[in-house]
Amino acid sequence: MSTEPFVILSAILFTIGCIGVLTRRNALVVFMCVELMLNASNLLLITFSRANGNLEGQIAAFFVMVVAAAEVVVGLAIIMTIFRTRRSASVDDASLLKY
Amino acid sequence: MKFEAPHIEYDLLLPILIILAVAVLGVMVEAAVPRAQRYLVQVVLAAGGVVAALIAAIRVFGTINPTSDNPKLGRIVAEGALALDGPTLYSWIVILVLALLGVLLFAERQLDGGVTAFAGQASALPGTEAERQASAKGLEHTEVFPLLMFAVSGMLMFPAATDLLTLFVALEVLSLPLYLLCGLARRRRLLSQEAALKYFMLGAFSSGFFVYGIALVYGYAGSMSYDKIAFAIASGSKSDGLLLAGMGMLAVGLLFKVGAAPFHAWTPDVYQGAPTPVTAFMAAATKVAAFGALLRLFYVAFGGARWDWQPIFWAIAILTMVVGSVLALSQTDVKRLLAYSSIAHAGFLLTGFLGARDLAEIKAGDIDPVQAVLFYLTTYALTTMAAFAIVSLVRDGAGEATQISRWAGLGKESPLVAGSFAFLLLGMAGIPLTSGFTGKWAVFAAALSAGAWPIVIVAVLMSAVAAYFYVRIIVVMFFTDPIGEGPRVTVPSLLTSSVIGIGVAGTLVLGIVPGPLLDLIGRTAQFIR
Repeated sequence: MSTEPFVILSAILFTIGCIGVLTRRNALVVFMCVELMLNASNLLLITFSRANGNLEGQIAAFFVMVVAAAEVVVGLAIIMTIFRTRRSASVDDASLLKY
Repeated sequence: MKFEAPHIEYDLLLPILIILAVAVLGVMVEAAVPRAQRYLVQVVLAAGGVVAALIAAIRVFGTINPTSDNPKLGRIVAEGALALDGPTLYSWIVILVLALLGVLLFAERQLDGGVTAFAGQASALPGTEAERQASAKGLEHTEVFPLLMFAVSGMLMFPAATDLLTLFVALEVLSLPLYLLCGLARRRRLLSQEAALKYFMLGAFSSGFFVYGIALVYGYAGSMSYDKIAFAIASGSKSDGLLLAGMGMLAVGLLFKVGAAPFHAWTPDVYQGAPTPVTAFMAAATKVAAFGALLRLFYVAFGGARWDWQPIFWAIAILTMVVGSVLALSQTDVKRLLAYSSIAHAGFLLTGFLGARDLAEIKAGDIDPVQAVLFYLTTYALTTMAAFAIVSLVRDGAGEATQISRWAGLGKESPLVAGSFAFLLLGMAGIPLTSGFTGKWAVFAAALSAGAWPIVIVAVLMSAVAAYFYVRIIVVMFFTDPIGEGPRVTVPSLLTSSVIGIGVAGTLVLGIVPGPLLDLIGRTAQFIR
């Protein structure tokens, strides 16, 4: 089985996530796009795991999932506090610190 | 299927295990100990744990120290996940000393009327009745100590990691507590929360690149461990595209942590918005950990592809120095100015990092790049920590007075504090007889002997630019009259005073007699694989 389609798919997913982070304004959507980037990496890890014939990539994918979950905990806490303070989850509104 | 239990060298990993145990114990203290006693218990636990870990780290350093009959410089432990060699253990000791200073700064209560610098109740909205009640009751978040310990454990793992997966886990363990700590300031909570949001968003974005880079390098080498990657590069039979893209993306993740341009945008905002004790700790310790990891990854794993990564690091080093020094010129806030100065320092450190060369090219008596970078990190970390500690002393009614114009006349108000700050700034500028001078000399010499003279020229020029804005603050403090009611220098307790004292003493001593430390690092500054 060729690995190429999977590599291309993961690159597309990663790019979508990357563009989303750069263009979307809602902190939650930005965060979802980061998760998309991580999942694109997971796909790539598993693809290469199969191509290389060892399990390291699959194990790494599990670790990435766990870390992503931990990141959700911390990230949502931060987004929640800033939403409660400002009544907005737009990343453009948080602009007191500049220059 | 036969299951083989992994072999873990618990005795050698004791420093990390102690810090993690203290962090977990700290979480339990939050649940079990009454509120009134928590502060004391947490401080004693954290400080005691760090001291114990420091002793353990020094003991391990002794065991790996090469002697004439045992030339081996270190050991790979935990089934090939961590490498305990000279650079790792030296970074551990520096990080643990910084962690101890960090605990002292976190525990300071005298500056803000008997409470710590952290929010009384982070969930209470700023400016509401709930927040007023929380501060009237004198509530404190003592969770900051376990969070600090978790961050320290990640920092200990980061420079030791010798496979990409461990590196990634360490990166996140280091970062996640810091994101939270940034948002916990008692005063100016909007700025603090904004800093946390920005740090988190950009940090998560950069770790996305980092993981993708790991996946690509894994695809190239078929393994995550550094020695197998180095072997794959040496045999050089596979497609270079995966390797180049993967190396670039890993570099993005690490350079973000280091705060190098063009990945520096978060640094000024986060350093300004975060509570000053957190900024002090983060500015110093994160840099040590991240440079340790950067050195190991690019020297050990990607050392064979040096001609591929060196040009881009040249560009990044030059850009970082220029951005940091030039943008610092226009700053009006002390914390922000120190943040830009830390970017410039990241550039100087990268200059030393570019002193990489083949072992055969190193002549006797040359400064080794690893040695130069580790020495510079030590001097920079001590100076920065003390400088931020002093920033937390200068206050007015609304908390810290960080506007540079408000510091006018500080030399008359408190000659001791202003004098110490001036000395630390001179140290950062790299004036002779301060540690900054020796550090700069070491990294420039390392870069020069590798033939990177264009970077050294830029670095010297940028040091001159940087000297201008450091001296500008000194002029404001000593030769400008205060406008109206100036800020006051609050007398700190022994905690902050000792941090400042240690920082100033370190800056002075390492400036006058750098030899012993340079020798110590030089004897052990070799990576194993």
